[in-house]
Amino acid sequence: MFSWIRSFQLVVSLAVLALLLVLGGCVSGGGGTDSGSIQLQGAGATFPNPLYQKWLSDYGKLHTNIKIDYQSIGSGGGIKQIQAQTVDFGASDTPMKDEDLKAAPAEILHIPTVLGAVVITYNLEGAPTLHFSAEVIADIFLGKIKKWNDPRIVADNAGAKLPAADITVVHRSDGSGTSAVFTDYLSKISGEWKEKVGTGTSPSWPVGIGGKGNEGVTGQVKNTPNTVGYVELAYAVQNKLPVAQVKNAGGAFVEPSVDSVTAAAAASANSVPDDLRVSITNAQGAQVYPISSFTYILIYKNQKDAKKGKALVDFLWWAIHDGESSAKELQYAPLPVEIVKRAEAKLNSINAGGTPLR
Amino acid sequence: MAHTEKHSDWRRVLSPTGNTGDAVFRLLMLGAGLFVVSIVIAMVIALASDSMLSIRQFGFPFLTSRQWNPIKGEFGALPFIYGTIVSSLIALLISVPFSLGIAVFLVEQAPHYISRPVGFLVDLLAAIPSVVYGVWGIFVLAPFLRVYVEPPLAKWFGWLPLFQGPITGIGLLTGGIILAIMVTPIISAVVRDVLTAVPESQREAALALGATKWEMIRVVLVNGAPGIAGAVILGLGRALGETMAVTMVIGNRPEISASLFEPSYTIASAIANEFTEATQDLYLSALVELGLILFLVTFIVNGIARTLVWNVTRKTGGVGRAA
Repeated sequence: MFSWIRSFQLVVSLAVLALLLVLGGCVSGGGGTDSGSIQLQGAGATFPNPLYQKWLSDYGKLHTNIKIDYQSIGSGGGIKQIQAQTVDFGASDTPMKDEDLKAAPAEILHIPTVLGAVVITYNLEGAPTLHFSAEVIADIFLGKIKKWNDPRIVADNAGAKLPAADITVVHRSDGSGTSAVFTDYLSKISGEWKEKVGTGTSPSWPVGIGGKGNEGVTGQVKNTPNTVGYVELAYAVQNKLPVAQVKNAGGAFVEPSVDSVTAAAAASANSVPDDLRVSITNAQGAQVYPISSFTYILIYKNQKDAKKGKALVDFLWWAIHDGESSAKELQYAPLPVEIVKRAEAKLNSINAGGTPLR
Repeated sequence: MAHTEKHSDWRRVLSPTGNTGDAVFRLLMLGAGLFVVSIVIAMVIALASDSMLSIRQFGFPFLTSRQWNPIKGEFGALPFIYGTIVSSLIALLISVPFSLGIAVFLVEQAPHYISRPVGFLVDLLAAIPSVVYGVWGIFVLAPFLRVYVEPPLAKWFGWLPLFQGPITGIGLLTGGIILAIMVTPIISAVVRDVLTAVPESQREAALALGATKWEMIRVVLVNGAPGIAGAVILGLGRALGETMAVTMVIGNRPEISASLFEPSYTIASAIANEFTEATQDLYLSALVELGLILFLVTFIVNGIARTLVWNVTRKTGGVGRAA
């Protein structure tokens, strides 16, 4: 008789204990946001993630009362979350499309933070430095140039030993800002590419095999002879991959580097539209690396919470000034001065209920 | 006593034995069972409702179209369905004989001091995270296949369309092989349990009738057939849904090609690859519909297989319904 009473008591007391634990967790979890500290949430592009994490850690040391979290869930996710207002700021490698901006509940600003580039890497015996013209790149990725010793490749690479082997193209299989920048470039320089494939994060590739992420593409290029693929500049430099020099709109073969990428942004500064949404691939100029792009932070012009808004604007102000100095060491190209000025104006226009936050 | 009589009505409904502990236990277990079922139902509803946009737009041809072009808004699932099923079949083709061999060896032939550690190692294979298999696939398996396996296949069997095309080490064959390695420990572990469950009297009877060891093992295998089939289904289930390792070696190309050397794509890989950057609603919806299809394919395959097992079990009265 007593045994079931005891077991019943045991069940009840366990349930009460569990409830207390849950409640206790809520209380202590909510206790973190006292009056002084501010929490900000961001999400989006994976490409600038290493730099953003460094910025957040550096900025956190300077301002211990501000905690900013950034989740690298991809540009698409960043756009979706800022539209849904589930984050304080989003991030994207490509500017938002007009219809995406229209779908948002209020005006969203694009703040460029740094620049990235897409480089062509390959696996050839002897790892010669190759030179590619825009048309050759397009035709390789269209599958029209099939052999490494194709006369059109040989023409630009007189000294290099090119095998009579098939070219195996490796591209990204996951949706990626890197693919978007690369296809944007190819669409600009090849009418056929624009018509057949177009620009996007997950294009339908005419040829090749897909690797997941920069590391997947690199892994397959490194392990398979006679392959060619594209990865982010930072990734190629850190992993010491052979990279091709690409012929720019001015007719010069330019090696991808932090400086030649910043040069692309500086050269296009005058043609950057008012909302800063711009593609700078195939930019004019002698020292310009042509497959370059901005990466953006997305933020509502009208901030609901003045305190959080101010903290966010202050952080972004710090990022495009002090933060730029740590960009280079992580192989991101800093913004040219002209663009920093334009971004400053954008940050100054951010307000909370009409009151400017800076 | 008065205490129990007062509440006896509701208690009797819950527990015919009149024991409150039983009643509480029964309720808890019923809740747990219903909870699992309701999760499955909720998943189907969520998948179906989120894929409505795509279902309305494309209808049935979604299943038969080979076009997958997010930029142009064209979505068809056939290459993914094909890649999923063919890579899983390759996996079973390779892993089932191996798994049977491992299980028979460990249960019937190996002495204890070998079967224990070897069995433990085989089980350990199942515990390796799939992303580790994927990395190993890129850096070890794919180069190995490219150099030592695919060229001879192309040389001797190149007259078959199966073994034509570019030799890169990345493709449907590599995907199938990595899946085979991943499902082998699962299948062999279950088959081992099944074989152990075959009564010793069966073996003794066979041997007593003058059967050789091989003939005796055949008797054991026939007895365990339903359980073995169940083990194969478990492996198939894992192969159909496996994502990371396959994604890293299959080449991720939504095309149907006769050659096993050509890159292919599975449903699970497509979702993992493209979900993060799927910004348009239709694109997202098409990916969710892929998920729904994978769910249904798995469901149907399991259903067919369980029916088979059930039929065989009924006829032979065999053992090993562990799966």
